[in-house]
Amino acid sequence: MIDYETIRVIWWLFTGVVAIGFTVTEGFDFGIGALLPFLGKSDVERRVILNTIGPNWEGNQVWLILLGGALFAVWPPLYATLFSGLYVAMLLVLFSLFMRPTGFDFRSKVDDPTWRNAWDWALFAGGALPPILLGVLVGNLVQGLPYRLDQDLRTFYEGSFWALLNPFALLCGVVGLAGMAFHGAIYLGWRTEGVIHRRACAVLDLLGPVFLVGLTVAILWTIAAFGRPEITSMADTAAPSNPLNKTVTLNNSWLAHFAAHPWMWAAPVVGVAGMLTAWLTGRKGSSGLAFLSSSIGISGVLLTLGFALFPFLLISSIDPRSSYTIWDASASHFNLLLSFWITVVFLPIVLLYTRWAYKVMWGKVTERDILQDSHTLY
Amino acid sequence: MITGEDVVDLSRLQFGLTALYHFLFVPLTLGMTFLLGIMESVYVMTGKQVYKDMTRYWGKLFGINFAMGVTTGITLEFQFGTNWAYYSHYVGDIFGPLLASEGWMAFFLESTLVGLFFFGWDRLSKVQHLTVTWLLAFGTNFSALWILLANGWMQYPVGSEFNFDTLRMEMTSFADVFFNPVAQVKFVHTVAAGYVTGSMFVLGISSWFLLHQRDVGFARRSFSIASAFGLASVLSVIVLGDESGYTSGEVQKIKLAAIEAEWETHPAPAGFTLIGFPDQERQETAFAIKLPWVLGLIATRSIDEDVKGIKDLRQESISHIKSGMVAYGELQKMREGDKSPAVKTAFDQHKADLGYGLLLKKYTEKVTDASEAQLAQAGDDTIPKVAPLFWTFRIMVVSGFTMLFVFAMALYHCATRTADQKPWLLKLAVWSIPLPWIAAETGWFVAEYGRQPWTIAGVLPTHMSVSHLSSGQLWFSMGGLVTFYTVLLIIELYLMLKYIRLGPSSLHTGRYFLEGKA
Repeated sequence: MIDYETIRVIWWLFTGVVAIGFTVTEGFDFGIGALLPFLGKSDVERRVILNTIGPNWEGNQVWLILLGGALFAVWPPLYATLFSGLYVAMLLVLFSLFMRPTGFDFRSKVDDPTWRNAWDWALFAGGALPPILLGVLVGNLVQGLPYRLDQDLRTFYEGSFWALLNPFALLCGVVGLAGMAFHGAIYLGWRTEGVIHRRACAVLDLLGPVFLVGLTVAILWTIAAFGRPEITSMADTAAPSNPLNKTVTLNNSWLAHFAAHPWMWAAPVVGVAGMLTAWLTGRKGSSGLAFLSSSIGISGVLLTLGFALFPFLLISSIDPRSSYTIWDASASHFNLLLSFWITVVFLPIVLLYTRWAYKVMWGKVTERDILQDSHTLY
Repeated sequence: MITGEDVVDLSRLQFGLTALYHFLFVPLTLGMTFLLGIMESVYVMTGKQVYKDMTRYWGKLFGINFAMGVTTGITLEFQFGTNWAYYSHYVGDIFGPLLASEGWMAFFLESTLVGLFFFGWDRLSKVQHLTVTWLLAFGTNFSALWILLANGWMQYPVGSEFNFDTLRMEMTSFADVFFNPVAQVKFVHTVAAGYVTGSMFVLGISSWFLLHQRDVGFARRSFSIASAFGLASVLSVIVLGDESGYTSGEVQKIKLAAIEAEWETHPAPAGFTLIGFPDQERQETAFAIKLPWVLGLIATRSIDEDVKGIKDLRQESISHIKSGMVAYGELQKMREGDKSPAVKTAFDQHKADLGYGLLLKKYTEKVTDASEAQLAQAGDDTIPKVAPLFWTFRIMVVSGFTMLFVFAMALYHCATRTADQKPWLLKLAVWSIPLPWIAAETGWFVAEYGRQPWTIAGVLPTHMSVSHLSSGQLWFSMGGLVTFYTVLLIIELYLMLKYIRLGPSSLHTGRYFLEGKA
C-alpha cells in the first residue's frame, strides 16, 4: 500500500509521462500537418508526406485523449477548471482536431485536385492550430488564470478569450508551433528520401533558431516579469483534497525556486541541449539520432515547466488560495491507487504493441510506393 | 449561485445533440469490426480470395465511418470538462478512472491497430493480419464496456459515497462499479445493437447489389454472413434487453413507470400499456390498450411483485427530498466548522438523500428554508416528461421487432438458397437500413432523457452539473458544432454512397462488375 502523499507525487510524474508521450508522438504528426502544404508541391509529394504518419497517427492521438482522461481521473478539479474556464480556446482546439481523422481518411478517396487541396489545408489547420493554442495555454498557465472557487468548490472563471492572447502567451504559441514543426520535419526527413527529405532538413534551419530563441526569451521573460506562487500555510500533504484549506502568496521568484532545488536545472539544460543536437544533426540529413535528440529535448522542456510549477498544477491570478496543487486537487487515495495499478499494467502493453505497429510499417515512404498502392494508401 | 436556465438547457441540448451524433457512427463500428473478423476468419480458413476482398471492401466503408466516430468521440471527452465542470469535479473520482481505462485498454488498441488493418495486408502474415482484425474488434467492444460502465453508474450510482471534506463523490469499491447490474445489461444490450447495425448495413447493401445483379457471388456471401450474425444479434438485443436493469434504484423505477405511462401502482402482476396517449397534466393515459401481466413479468421477472406507479414514486421522492434537506443542513454546519459527533451522525443518517436536497437549489440557494410549494415543485421535477419517453420507447421496440422479421426471412431464404430470387425481401432489406439507427437513437433518448432531472441518478441534479458559462459562449460552441457536423455529415454520406455505388470494384482487383466482370 502506497501512502497518499507518495501516490500523489507518483501521479504528478505519471501525468508528466503522458504529457510527454502526447507531445513527442502526436507532436510530430501536428508538425507534419503544419508543414504539409509547404514541403509537398505535387499531389504525389503530399501523399508521401501523409503516408509517413498514415498508419500510426491515430494511435499517437490517443495520448491526447489519455491526457484528458488522466486529468479527469486523477486531478478532477484541474480538468473541470481548465476546460470550462478556457471554453472558447478548448473548442477551437476541438474544431481543429476535427480536421485530422477526416482529413487523413477522406483526402485521397476522391481523385479531384480541388477536393484534395481543400483537405490539405484542413490538415494544415488541424496540425498548426493545436500547437499554437496549446502554447498559448501554457503561456497563460505560467501567468495564472483568473478563476475563483466558491464554498461548494464550483469554478468561476472571470477572464475572456481575448485576454488569453497576451504578448507573452502569443510568444509561447509561436514556440509551440515552431517546436512541433521542428520535431515533425525531423521525423519526416527520417522517413523519406530525395526531394522531400532535403526540404524537410532545410526547413530545420528556420525552425530550430525560432524555437530556441523563442524559448530562451520566454524563460527570461518569466523570470523577469512574473511572480511564482508559494504556499504559506496548508493542511498536510496527505489531507483530503480541498484547495480552500490553504493560503498562497504570488510574489515569489522562479529563480529562488530553482536555487532551492538545484537539480531542477537539469531539465532546461537537457531541453536546450536536446533541441540543439537535433538541429545540428538533423540539418545534415535527419536520422534516428536527430529524432531521439528532439524527443529528449521536448521532454526536457516539458519537465522544466512541471518542475517550475511544482507543487502547483494551476495558479489562480485573482484568488491565490483557489490555486490547485498536487496536495489538494487530486482524486481520492483509493482512486489514485486504482489508476496507478491500471497504468502499471497497461502502459507496458501499450508500448509493446505500439512498437510492433511501427516496426511493421517501418521504411522510407517513396513516390513509387504511392503510385503502386494508389487506391489503398492515404 | 444559481446558473441561468438557458445555460442549463443549451448545455443539455448541446450534449444531447453531440452524443446522438456520435452514436450514428459508434454502433456501425461495433458491428462492422466483428463482421470483418468473421469474414477474414473464413478467408484464412478456406483461402478463398473473395473473402479477403469482402474484408477489404467492407473495411473501406468501415474506415469512412470510423474516421467520423473518432472525430465526434473527442467532442464528448472535451465536453465533460468544458460544459459540465461541476459534474467533473463532483464525480470525476468515479467517472474519470473509467474513462482513463477506456483510453488504456480500448482507444490505444483500436487506434494503433486500425492502421495495420488498412495498410498491413502485404506486411503481415495471414494469421497476423487476422489477429489484428480481431484485436481491433475487441478494442471497439472494450471501449463500449468502459463507457457503458460509466454511463451505468450515472443511472445507478453504486460503489461510491459522498465525502464531506472534499465535497464530492468518491469511489469505495471498484468491484461494485464494475459489476453494476445496470451497466452490465446496458453493455450487452448496446454491443448487440451494434452487431445488429453492422449486419443490417451489410445485408441492405448486399441486397442492393443482388437487386442490380452486380457482383452476385460477393454479395450473396456477404448477405448470408450478415443474415446469420444479424439474427443472432437481434435476438440477443430483444431477449437480453436492458429492461431488467429498470428495477435497480429509484430513478430507474421512475423511468420505467414513465416509459409505460404507469400513473398508478396496480396490484401485481402489472399490465403493459401497448399504446395510448399519456397526459402529464391530468396524470392519466387516454385510450390505453393494455396487455395483462406483461409489464410485471418484464420488470420484476415475477407475478407477485408490484410495479410502482408515477404518483407513488413522486411521493417517495418528496420524502427523499425532505431527508435531503436535513443532510444539506448538517453538511452546512460541518462546513462552518461544527464537527461534533451529533452533527456527523445526523449527516450520515441522511447523506444518501443529499442529492435530493440539491434538487431544491433550483428554487432556493439555502435549501433548508424550502417551502411546501417548493418541495412539491422539486417533487414534480423528479418525474420526467412521460409522452416523449412513452413514444420513443415504442418506436425503438417496433424497429427491433421489424428487424427480427427481416433477419429471420433473410436467413430462411439464405438457407433455402432462394434469397436472390425474392425481390421483395431484397427491397425490404434495403429499406430497413435506417432501422438500427432509429432504434439506437431512440433507445439512448429513453435512457438519458428518462434520467432527468439528474446527471447522476439521485446524486447530482442536472442544473447543478453545468459549467458557469454565458449563453454567448454556448451559442458560439453550438454554432461551431452544428456547422462542422453538418458539413462533415454531408461529406461522409457522399463518400459512403460513392463507395457503395462502386462496390468491390473500388478495390481495383480487376475481378468485379464495373471492371467488366460479373
